[in-house]
Amino acid sequence: MEQAIYQELPAERMEEIEGLFAEIRKEFKGRADELIPMLQRVQRRLGFLPEQALLEIARLTGLSAARVFGTATFYAQFRFQPVGKNIIRVCRGTACHVKGSNRILETIEEHLQVSPGQITPDGLFTIETVACFGSCALAPIMVVNDSVYGSLNRSRALKLLDEIRAREEGSSEKTPFRSLN
Amino acid sequence: MDFTLIKERAEKNWKALENLRQPLIQIGMGTCGKAAGADEVYAAAKQTLKQMNLLGRILQVGCIGTCYLEPIMAVRKPGGPFIYYGNLTPKRTEEILLSYLRDGDPKPEWAVCFTGEGPMDSIPRFEELPMIKPQVRIALRNCGLIDPENIEHYIARGGYSGLMRALQMNPGEVIQEIKDSGLRGRGGAGFPTGMKWEFASKAPGQTKYIICNADEGDPGAFMDRSLLEGDPHSVLEGMLIGAYAIGCNEGYIYIRAEYPLAIKRLETALQQMREYGLLGRNILGSRFGFEIHIKEGAGAFVCGEETALMASIAGGRGMPQSRPPFPASKGLWGNPTNINNVETLGNVSAILAQGGKWFAGFGTEKSKGTKTFALAGKVERTGLIEVPMGIRLKEIIHEIGGGVAKGKKVKAVQTGGPSGGCIPADLFDLPVDYESLTAAGSIMGSGGMVVMDEETCMVDIPRYFLSFTAEESCGKCIPCRLGTRQMLDILNEICEGKGAIEDLEILKEVSETVQKGSLCGLGQTAPNPVQTTLRYFRTEYEAHILGKRCEAGVCKPLFHYEIDPETCNGCGVCSKKCSVGAVTGEKKKSHFIEPDRCTKCGACYEVCKFHAIRIC
Repeated sequence: MEQAIYQELPAERMEEIEGLFAEIRKEFKGRADELIPMLQRVQRRLGFLPEQALLEIARLTGLSAARVFGTATFYAQFRFQPVGKNIIRVCRGTACHVKGSNRILETIEEHLQVSPGQITPDGLFTIETVACFGSCALAPIMVVNDSVYGSLNRSRALKLLDEIRAREEGSSEKTPFRSLN
Repeated sequence: MDFTLIKERAEKNWKALENLRQPLIQIGMGTCGKAAGADEVYAAAKQTLKQMNLLGRILQVGCIGTCYLEPIMAVRKPGGPFIYYGNLTPKRTEEILLSYLRDGDPKPEWAVCFTGEGPMDSIPRFEELPMIKPQVRIALRNCGLIDPENIEHYIARGGYSGLMRALQMNPGEVIQEIKDSGLRGRGGAGFPTGMKWEFASKAPGQTKYIICNADEGDPGAFMDRSLLEGDPHSVLEGMLIGAYAIGCNEGYIYIRAEYPLAIKRLETALQQMREYGLLGRNILGSRFGFEIHIKEGAGAFVCGEETALMASIAGGRGMPQSRPPFPASKGLWGNPTNINNVETLGNVSAILAQGGKWFAGFGTEKSKGTKTFALAGKVERTGLIEVPMGIRLKEIIHEIGGGVAKGKKVKAVQTGGPSGGCIPADLFDLPVDYESLTAAGSIMGSGGMVVMDEETCMVDIPRYFLSFTAEESCGKCIPCRLGTRQMLDILNEICEGKGAIEDLEILKEVSETVQKGSLCGLGQTAPNPVQTTLRYFRTEYEAHILGKRCEAGVCKPLFHYEIDPETCNGCGVCSKKCSVGAVTGEKKKSHFIEPDRCTKCGACYEVCKFHAIRIC
């Protein structure tokens, strides 16, 4: 299980969280069964679940912080660390496995010098693995942000990463945070 | 609104589409299609029509099942058949459209098949394709043929007439119809659906729930996603019929967050149902009212288990509970709850429209109807298929799937994902039904079917599945939490060449304990991959332990690559691909791999066209 080591957030991030919770207070009633949708709402906006947001959700729902934290850490979807601008998810489903997805993952790890769950020092990429995307007929699969790429091999995977890097270097936006859908 | 009027209007619009006086283009825009580049094909088709100054319509359809051909486009000239083209690029799309629509040449050499009026010279009929011929499509009856975002397409093809019929029957008769069909749960366990409905219907309680389990968590399975993306209304109609039979007014769809397109299609479908009076109060003028909520899962395999799923809907950790009480008497928030899988509900709507006896006409004595499978792995033709129960594995793998890709030898087929097992090639005569697959040590499962060849290691496969189940074990009961970890540790040792022959006995013992002692289906079935491989591929385990060899070339410490000096012509491609400089040799002379530098990444092996690199 991923360790949640929290850091102080910059002031503008805190403002963003406050703005987000103003919306959440309008959208949700604060019932216990809304806990997971609330967590999903926060992560969709911020890319991860900061400690401050978990505590605020505990206050809103009246659940204990332990319950909120325990539920959040139970599910693979939730992250507790900021993510890179681009999230590269390598599928580790059965069909992808027999078609060599572990080799693609190794190649990407080596190329970007990070392990799954980590963010590259330039903040451009986070790599993650996913149990199965359900596009097995086109295995092996990789998902870059929201786009699915099928029938991959090592060189195509690296080419995709290089294309993203080239695009990013051309753009001026350098913030490591992004909105996620 | 009166259903007869809705149906008339839908049929009129469908007819208009059929008699369209302009070209009609259909493009498969499911997740698989998009992954293969359907968006680019769509853009190219649109651009080409514009370029030719042709008015034409482009429809986005779901998955037709021939996933290996994605992206797929079907083109129809007014009054003509639909001609299907596959593996398209934007350039090829443009060429086809220019050639067929402008110059009248359908380019048969690029066409895959056709549907509708025929025959056509040198283009086979869709139904005659070797991949399609053995199939019977009930759950997938509309997939790839209609626009899933248009409720009228579904209605025009007979949709919601099953619900209409159900509403004219009493709930007991609806349950009887499902019982007559012999339908069993398609999520994997195969419990008779009619009986399940009866339990929930008879359970005392004012508030009852129906849940559609779309938490398709098995790695290697995508039937439910394709069905929800390609024909969401067939599932929603089944849910309404179930709700009416059981007597509940509220339902949930629990769907994986990893399926954003399916979620979007469901949301659109629910919106349209509301507009057509198929959701809310007094559905189709009856006294029956129903509401559906979508709940997105958050990534936990165990939530496919009924009690864990309900705990997750209620907002907690998805941890299972011991049964009884069963969900039918005490489920969501303590109320009687009925949970059905996506495909089960897709069949329900067809059964109510066509009758239980009709459905029971397909399949075998104990396994009625059809089953969808996600055919993937090392098979020539991958895709989404639906076959009558009782079909033999070899028909699926060799006829539908076209055998193993790249001329390799088939070794096994894996069914049922992490809860299933590996069935060896010499048992491919086995009929596909619940009982036969269970007897072979595997399970029907939800429909994942991954074909494995000689380059798949049968010790690595259970290790792979155990790493998944150990990670996904919720941790509540000890046999599952520690047992999966223990089995994984042993398998890791064997794959690293540190195994002892006694390990196999321990592995067997632990697997039996986990099977018998675990609280829920996750733990009870997690040992299946270990047990089937021990049963059918024991020699591979022994080769790993005693011979320190992995012949499949998967377990890195147990093999190495060598270049055959006779076959190697010194083209040098492998040495260029090697990222660690382990391949050396002069141009046009046989190359050599330095064992100390080689990381066994396999890059050279993959690129050598002359098969000069061997796994030793």
